[in-house]
Amino acid sequence: MIEARNIIKSFDGKTILKDVSAVFKPGQTNLIIGQSGSGKTVFLKSLVGLHEVDSGDILYDDRDFTRMPDKDRIKVRQEMGMLFQGSALFDSLTVEENVRFPLDMFTKQKLDERRERANFCLKRVNLENVNHLYPSEISGGMQKRVAIARAIALNPRYLFCDEPNSGLDPKTAIVIDELIQEITKEYNMTTIVNTHDMNSVLGIGEHIIFIFNGEKYWEGSSQDIFQSDNKELNDFIFASKFFRKIKDKL
Amino acid sequence: MSFLFHIGRYAMFVKQVFGRPVKHRIFFKQIVREMDVLGLSSVGIVVIISFFMGAVITLQTAYNIDLPIIPKYAIGLAARDSIILEFSSTIVSLILAGKVGSHIASEIGTMRVTEQIDVLDVMGINSAGYLVLPKVMALIIMIPFLVIISMGVGIIGGWTAGTTTGVVPSDEFIYGIQYMFIPFYITYSLIKSVVFAFLITTIAGYWGYYSTGGSLEVGRSSTRAVVISSIQILLFNLILTQLLLA
Ligand SMILES: Nc1ncnc2c1ncn2[C@@H]1O[C@H](COP(=O)(O)OP(=O)(O)OP(=O)(O)O)[C@@H](O)[C@H]1O
Ligand SMILES: [Mg+2]
Repeated sequence: MIEARNIIKSFDGKTILKDVSAVFKPGQTNLIIGQSGSGKTVFLKSLVGLHEVDSGDILYDDRDFTRMPDKDRIKVRQEMGMLFQGSALFDSLTVEENVRFPLDMFTKQKLDERRERANFCLKRVNLENVNHLYPSEISGGMQKRVAIARAIALNPRYLFCDEPNSGLDPKTAIVIDELIQEITKEYNMTTIVNTHDMNSVLGIGEHIIFIFNGEKYWEGSSQDIFQSDNKELNDFIFASKFFRKIKDKL
Repeated sequence: MSFLFHIGRYAMFVKQVFGRPVKHRIFFKQIVREMDVLGLSSVGIVVIISFFMGAVITLQTAYNIDLPIIPKYAIGLAARDSIILEFSSTIVSLILAGKVGSHIASEIGTMRVTEQIDVLDVMGINSAGYLVLPKVMALIIMIPFLVIISMGVGIIGGWTAGTTTGVVPSDEFIYGIQYMFIPFYITYSLIKSVVFAFLITTIAGYWGYYSTGGSLEVGRSSTRAVVISSIQILLFNLILTQLLLA
C-alpha cells in the first residue's frame, strides 16, 4: 500500500501539485487520469522520489519515504519497478541485457539464473526471439513491453507506469493494459498507472484518481465515473463525441 | 551568479561521482569498455596531429634561430622541450576535450532527456557515479599513454621535417634531442595530462547530466562541455606550470 498525504510540489515558484492525498491499495490497478500538463508525471515522480516534494508525506506500507535516510530509501527503491513515458530502455544494451540489468546490479545470482529470469519476464510480456536486438531495432510497442519486463525483473512490490500505452494502437494498448492488470493481481503488487486513455480507464480502472490542474478533483472506480456530476471530470471524459454518445445511451 | 551556481553544482556533482559505488565486477567491465571507446579510438587522431605539430615546431624553431653561432643540434633540443613540456599534453588534452568531451556530454545528455538516468535513480543506483566514474578512471589511465605516443610521434615528425627539408642534419637533431635531457619534464607533462583528463570527463559529464529538454539542448550541452573544458584546460595549464616548474 502506498499513501500520499498532502503532497505539494512546485517548480520555480509555480505550484504543480496542490495538496494531493491518495491511498493506493495492492492487488488492484490504481489509475491517475487527467489532461496533458495536469501534473500526473510530476505526481508519479514525486511518489518515487525523483522529485523532492515541498511538503507532505509518502508512505510505503507505513514506511515514511520522505523522511527516511538515503540508506533506507535505497532498500525501498529496490522494491520499485517503474515504466517511463518513453520506455527509457538503455540504448547501448540489448533487449535481454536491459531486462537483466536490475538483476546484474542487485542480485548475486549466477549468469545462467539471471538469463533464465530475464527470459521468463520477456515471455511474460509475450516477447520471444528478440533477446539480442537493440532497442532501436524493435517497435514502440515492443519497447514498452521490454520496459515492463525490466520493471518486473526483481519482482517489485510497487509498480509505477507512466502512460504505458501512449503512442500504441488500440489493440496493443489493451494488451499492455491487461498485462499490467494481470501482473498486479498475480503478484499482489501496488500498481499506479498514469493515463489519459479512456479505454484504459474503462478497461482496468479499478480505482481512479482524477487530477485537474494539480489538484485531486475526483476519486472512484470505472463504474462510478459515468454517474459523476463533477464538471471538470465530465469535461475530461466526454471530450470525445464517442463517449458523449455512450453517456446518452446509459 | 550563474557562474557560482555552476561551480557549486559541479562540486556536488563530482562528490556524487565518487560516492556510493556499484559492484566491482560491473565497474571494471565498464572501465575496460571506456578505455576502448575514449582512449584507443583516439590514438589515430593523436598520431596525425602530433606528427604535423612536431614537424611545424621543428621548422619554426629552425627558421627562428638561423644564426651561425647557434649550433644546429639546438633545433632538436628546443623542439624536444617544446613538445614534451607543452605541446603534447596540452594539444592531446584539447583534442580529447573536443572528441571525448562532446561524446560524453551527448551520451549522458541523451540518457537524461530520454529518462534513462531516472531509471537508474529509481532503482537506487548512484547514476552520476555509475555513468561518469568509469569514464574518469578510463581517461586518467589512458591519457598518459596518449601523451607519450604524442611525444614520440611529435619528435619523429620533427626529425622527418628537419631532415627532408635539410634545415637540420639527422645526427645533429638526434644529438639535440638527447642533450641535457631532464626526465622530470615528462613526469610534469603526464601529471598535467592526468589533471586535464579529470577536467574533461567531469565537466563533460556535468553538462550531460544536467541537460534538460530535448535533442536541441543535448547538442547545446555538448558544445558547452567542449568550450568550458577547453578553457579549464588552458587555465589549469597556467596554474600547474607555475606550481610544478616555478
Ligand atoms: N522538471 C520540471 N521543471 C519545471 N516544470 C516542470 C518540470 N516537470 C514538469 N513541469 C511542469 O509541470 C506541469 C505538469 O507536467 P506533467 O509532466 O506532470 O504533466 P502530465 O500530466 O504528465 O502531462 P502528459 O499527459 O502530457 O504527460 C507542466 O506544466 C510542466 O511544465
Ligand atoms: Mg506525463
